[in-house]
Formats: sequence, C-alpha cells, structure tokens
Amino acid sequence: MRLKIEKRHENASTFSVLLMSILSVVVSLVILGFIILSLGKNPIEAYIQLVSWPLGTIAGLTQTLISMMPLLFTSLGLVIAFKMKLWNIGAEGQFYMGAFGATWGALFLFNHISNPWIMLPLLALLGAGIGAGWGALAGVMKAQLGVNEILSTLMLNYVAIYWVNYLVYGPWKGAGSYNFPITATFPKSAILPQYTANGINLGIFLAIATSFFVYYLLRWTRFGFEIDIAGDNPKAAEYAGVNVKKMVIIVMIVSGALSGLGGMMQMSGVLFRLQPNFSPGYGYTAIIIALLARLNPFVTVAVAFLFGGLIVGTQQIQLFLQIPFSLVNAFQGLLLFSFVAGEALLHYKLRWVRA
Amino acid sequence: MSDIVLKLSGIVKSFPGVLANDHVDFTLKRGEVHALLGENGAGKTTLMNITYGIYKPDEGEIYVNDKRVEITSPHRAMEYGIGMIQQHFSLVPSFSVAENIALGLKESKILPKIDLVRKKVKTLAERFGLDVNPDSRIWQLSAGEQQRVEILKLLYMSAQIMILDEPTAILTPQEAANLFKTIKEMVKYGASVIFISHKLKEVLEISDRITVMRHGKVIDTLQKEEANERILAKKMVGREVVLKISKKPPKPREIELEVKDLWARGDKGPYAVRGVSLDVKSGEILGIAGVAGNGQRELAESIYGLRKYTGEVKIGGEMMHSLGVVSRMKSGVAYIPQDRKGVALCGGLPLYYNLFLKKPFRIPEFYLNPYLFNSSRLKKPSEQLVDEYLISASSLNLEVKYLSGGTMQKVVLARELSLNPKLIIAVHPTRGLDVGATEFVYKTLLKARDNGAAILLIAGDLEEIFTLSDRVAVLYEGEIVGYSKPDESHLEEIGLMMAGVRRVKK
Repeated sequence: MRLKIEKRHENASTFSVLLMSILSVVVSLVILGFIILSLGKNPIEAYIQLVSWPLGTIAGLTQTLISMMPLLFTSLGLVIAFKMKLWNIGAEGQFYMGAFGATWGALFLFNHISNPWIMLPLLALLGAGIGAGWGALAGVMKAQLGVNEILSTLMLNYVAIYWVNYLVYGPWKGAGSYNFPITATFPKSAILPQYTANGINLGIFLAIATSFFVYYLLRWTRFGFEIDIAGDNPKAAEYAGVNVKKMVIIVMIVSGALSGLGGMMQMSGVLFRLQPNFSPGYGYTAIIIALLARLNPFVTVAVAFLFGGLIVGTQQIQLFLQIPFSLVNAFQGLLLFSFVAGEALLHYKLRWVRA
Repeated sequence: MSDIVLKLSGIVKSFPGVLANDHVDFTLKRGEVHALLGENGAGKTTLMNITYGIYKPDEGEIYVNDKRVEITSPHRAMEYGIGMIQQHFSLVPSFSVAENIALGLKESKILPKIDLVRKKVKTLAERFGLDVNPDSRIWQLSAGEQQRVEILKLLYMSAQIMILDEPTAILTPQEAANLFKTIKEMVKYGASVIFISHKLKEVLEISDRITVMRHGKVIDTLQKEEANERILAKKMVGREVVLKISKKPPKPREIELEVKDLWARGDKGPYAVRGVSLDVKSGEILGIAGVAGNGQRELAESIYGLRKYTGEVKIGGEMMHSLGVVSRMKSGVAYIPQDRKGVALCGGLPLYYNLFLKKPFRIPEFYLNPYLFNSSRLKKPSEQLVDEYLISASSLNLEVKYLSGGTMQKVVLARELSLNPKLIIAVHPTRGLDVGATEFVYKTLLKARDNGAAILLIAGDLEEIFTLSDRVAVLYEGEIVGYSKPDESHLEEIGLMMAGVRRVKK
C-alpha cells in the first residue's frame, strides 16, 4: 500500500472550504493544548478563559473591538494585494509609516489647527499617503526591476520600525516623557471621537466601513475585475490589454494606504502618542487573517474580530494562569500551517493505492 | 549483447485533452546519433521525459539493453545510464561548475571530494573539447557554457544514453558547431545520443537515423542517407486529409492589415522576425506556412501589439504603435494565440469571466461603467455564447482549467469572434485538438471570412493551410521567402521553401 496524491478535477465546494477552515482551527487548538499542557497548565481551563473574557464580558468585548481595528485595516489592505497574488508582507511597515505620518501631522505639521474636522481628515490623508508611498516603493521595484515583493516588503518593515524608533528615541522624544522614548501626546483636535470611557472610537466603525469599500472595489469595479485577471494569469492580462506593471504599482499603493490608514487610526483613536514597538505584530497577524478569510472582505471583519479576541484573551490567561503571551504567536503559526495544509487538501486528494 | 541499447515499445501518454504520445515505438542503437524530429507539440519531449522517468507512461514498455525496466524517476534513469539535458538547465547558479557536478553524484556522502571531481572534470573537458573552467560559478557562464556543464555532468556519471532536448536553441552557430564536435566525440566513446530538434538542417548534419513525429505519433524512421530536407519537411508537417471542408471562393476587398519591414526580437535576444512585409485583405485568409520556430509566434505577437518591433503595422489604414494592445482591440483585432492556456485564458477564473476577459471596458459595443460593474452581468451574454459556440461545460462558474483542450479553444474563439472582428490573427488554432473540434474551428474561421474578416492564419500543418487559405506565404528564419497558391500542385514548391532550399521573392 502506498499513499498517492491526486489532483482534484473540480472546484472545492463552499461546504468543504468552511469545513477545512474550521478543521484547521480545531487542529491548531489541539496542538496548542499540548503546548499548554507541557507548561504544566490545564488547557481546558485556559481555553475557557481565552473565550469567556473577550467575548463574554462588556469590558472584554470592548477591548476586543479595539484590538480588531488595526487588524482589520491591515488585513483589508492585504486582501487587495493577495487578490492579485502580490504577496505584500509589509503591512506592518506600512502601518508604522501611517502612524509616523499621523504623529508628524498632529504634533508638527498641523499642530496649530484646532478644529478636529479639519485636522483628522488631514491626518488620515497623511497617514494613508505615507503608507501608500511605502507600499509603492515595493510596487515600483517589482514592476520595473522584477524585485520579489515578499523580500522588499519584509525588509521595508524593518526600515519603518527603526525609523519610528529613531524618532521616538531621538528628535521626537516628548518634553513630558521623563526621558522615556515617547512623543508628546496628540492635541485634542487630533483625537478621534471617543464614545465610551474605555476606548470605543470612530476608528472601529471606519474600519468596518472600509470592508464595504474593499468589497465594492473588488466586486463592483473594473479595477477589481482586472485584479482578478492579472492575479490569475499576468500574461493573459497583458493579452487582454491590462497594463500589469501599472496594476502592480496601483495595487501596492492601495494596499499600503489602507495599512497606513490603520496606523493613523491607531494613533488618533487609541494610543495618542507614538512609542517604539506600539504594534504587537498587527501587520503580520493580518496576513493570517486575510488568508483565513479567503480574501473575502466581510469574512475578514469576522476573522479580525476573533483575532482581536484572541489577543485580548491571551492577555487575560497570561494574567490569570501565567501563560506567556507569545502563545499568541505560536497559535498564529499553527493556524497558518494547518490552513496551508488544508488548502493543499482542497486541491489534491490522498488515496491509498496498492503498490 | 545486441546493439540496441534502448527500446521503447507502444508508449502511450495522454494529458487532459491531448494525446501526447500515441503508441510510439522507438529504438536506439549503440553508438548512434538518433534524431527525434517534429514540430513543437509533436510529442518529442514528452516521449523523452518518459524515458528519463519524469512522466509515467499510461501504456507501453521500456527496455534497456534488452531488459524490461520501470523508470520511475530521473534518479532511476541514471542508474540505467540514461541522462537527459532538458531545455531548462538544472544547475545551482551560485555553485561552481565542479560543485554542481559533485551534487548529482551517488558516491558522495556528506562532503563530496571536490578536488577529485575537479581533476576528473578537467580531463573529461579536455578529451571532449568542452571548454569550461571547473571553478567558475554557474551564474558567470553563458547559456552555451552552462550547457557544456550539463554535458560534463552526464559524462562524469558515464551516461550511456544521452538525451539532448533542443540543444541548439540557445547556441550561436559557432557554439552549435562545437556541440556537434563534442557529440561525435562522445559517440566514438560508445555513448548513444538522442537529439531532439525541429531544425531540419542540423538534424541532417548530426544524426545517423532520424525519426519524425507528428501529433504524438511516429511517422517514419529514416536512415540519414535516405533523407533530405524536402522529404523531412513533408513528413514533419504532414499531408493527411482528415477533413474535407468546402469553401466558397473568396471575395477580397480593401486591405485590412498592412505590415511593412517588420523586425522583432525573439525571447532569447536575436531577431526572430527579419523584415517581414505582407498584407491581408478583408474577406480573405492569408496562410503563413513554415516549420515551427521560424518566427511565427513573434510575428503574430508583434502585429497584436504584445511584442516590441520596428517597422510599420497598419490596421484598417491606421498606423499602430508598438506595444499597444488596447488600440488593436479597439480597431477590431482578434488574436488566437498558440498557447491558449498560457496566454489566452485565466485557468483559475470561471468560464464566464474568460468569455469576456477583454471586452467589458475596452470594446466600444460594450463599454460598461467601470465603477458600477458586477461580473455577474456577464453571465447572461455568456449563456448565449455557450450555446452559439457549443461550449460543453457543467456550469458557467466552472474554472476554465478543468475544461478539455478543445473546449478551451472554443472559449477563446467565442470570445474573439463574437464581436465580428475585422482582423483575426490565428496561430496554430487547431493544435492538440481532435477532429471534431478542428472541424469546428475551420468552419468558424471560414464563416468569419465570408462575413468580411481579414484572417492571418499561421500554421505548421500544411493540411490546415490548404484547407483554409486563399493565399500562402512561407516563413523561413523570420523572412517571407515566397508566396504560393494553396493547392496540391504547389505542394513541392511550398515544401522546398519551408526547408529554406528555395526562395521566390516577389
């Protein structure tokens, strides 16, 4: 007997896709359970805590929504790029650059503007614009020189992160920060409307609105149609009159702009001051979110919400059970692996054959 | 021991929609150079990939030195002394020549003895006239030199049966001459060589025996002495009457396509189209005959605006710019490329997308609002096309990659012809199709002609050219070497021109 891998000759049904997604979560949870067990903790108890706090309490739910916001912006940006099979790994850097842009605007460029309805759109434009530029850099290199976008976007992340570090440790260190590497706090006009004392802000709703925008872009415009074509077969796209190089650059611009907007929202909506390592890897988690959502903007909202809950829940079990926070990373890694494995099973099937 | 080192018997291999090898028999004698001649897509490479263990045949047997063998992998093939140099080399660019050769060795355990390898490589290189420095890195070498490294690899492993797949395609004439010297030298030392090519001249120069393949079948095996270019060209492009299609006399009108002194480079650098001038009138089919690889694809791509060129292309009296696909589409040019799967279709997208790949925003009759467009709007017109062009698919949502070759071509035809194009460029429109699908393509093209389209038909199959064309031009090494009439009595003349023996300049 021998295991044979065969290609499937039909499209995978929605049901099997759904089943695959659920199964990959279950498989990751089981493996993660063994890791928790090896730490000498009870995985069942951990999982109960993991779910009950972020989803079962008002305070937890609020926190979940707040951590969903940056995840949603970044993963929506990636959905667009991944649709064209442009593997933008740079959401993290584009997010940082957006935050940088917002801080620059709020504290230096427009600090004399006191009307938030003028200030906030300006910051949004600046954040999205600088994020877009960061994405465009990789896009232009890919289109003109054939530089692999995976490498360029990944490396640009480090440039962005260290650029922000340089600013907050150096020239932008705030006056009242007691020598901590933190900028001054944003002026009132640069802060997004807050609806509750614990941080529900406009950014969360804008993030959800953005998913409708991305859906519109992908499903209702010529741009989306050409992304589909160029993503599936660039040669056929050229043949059909699509300028693929131009598309690569534009898609990277839009993708970077959304992540940059996320960075701005995080600054103006949640943190109000730039500090080093203010993102626990949102831009990387976004990769998993976009893939798990199978590049559907609405499903992305749901998956980003669950991942927000995961982050909040893990903080909780870290407090109560002394389980390290890096478990989140382990879980994300496991998810990605089982998802990729499941994806392969959608296209191939395994069969026992007699040798 | 008999002098037959390799025998393939009744090899059958099919891919979805294509029968690549149809009961092929082939023998290789010790110390001979045996050429496998045929057009691209005739099944030569598939046959050799089976011999080298890359594909598994559906049916048939392989004998090495009269012993029945199962070749399940290239590794296994090497154990039987079979080595193959594929068109795409398998070398590690950042490694040196010696290191690359050491890589494939069985005897090397964890750390190969590079010094030993280097010494042996040097002696081999000298003996066979393969001038390569064993210490150079692969990325520093030209394509010709890299090929020498591949040959050295085979020699090092003392392969007895060497398969060279289109080895001269990447070589300059001088390099090719050197390669031939090396091949003769290798044969002297007892190796046997299978030489895959579609170039008649070099096949006649290097081989002892020649097997001609067409449409996955062996047409004939000839001794070199019995062969000449004309005979080979005829066997290669074929003259089988499969389909009898009646056509009305043409009614040519004004000139639709005018090409003047067009030069275009091939993918590998040198000019593939060398000063072609031609014109096609509305209501006629100009057939371009020629052995594949003589600039056909490059010519078509230039006219369609996909390839950079110098010279003039006028469509409907209007001057076109190089690299302007959209302007061609707007002036009503349809293009049926030879590689439908790779160029004309998006395999991962549903059928109804593919039927309208280029229309919604670029074709004036269509012009959908680019900001309020939903692809589901394409479904209704798609249904019409599916009915009209008899496309057999289980659903409009089916991804095109699951369709058969013939159905794929129908999808391309439906898309390209449904808007009554003024000019149709068709390259090998029936390659890989069965008789039914071929007939459908012929009838569709003739109908388009009768409706007043100008058609530029590029094909290798003379039968196809004769069935469809109203005039025939022959393309040889990127030049039009002459024109002829598409009927029996001119067959020999066309064959001679295709072989580059005769030129009839207008």
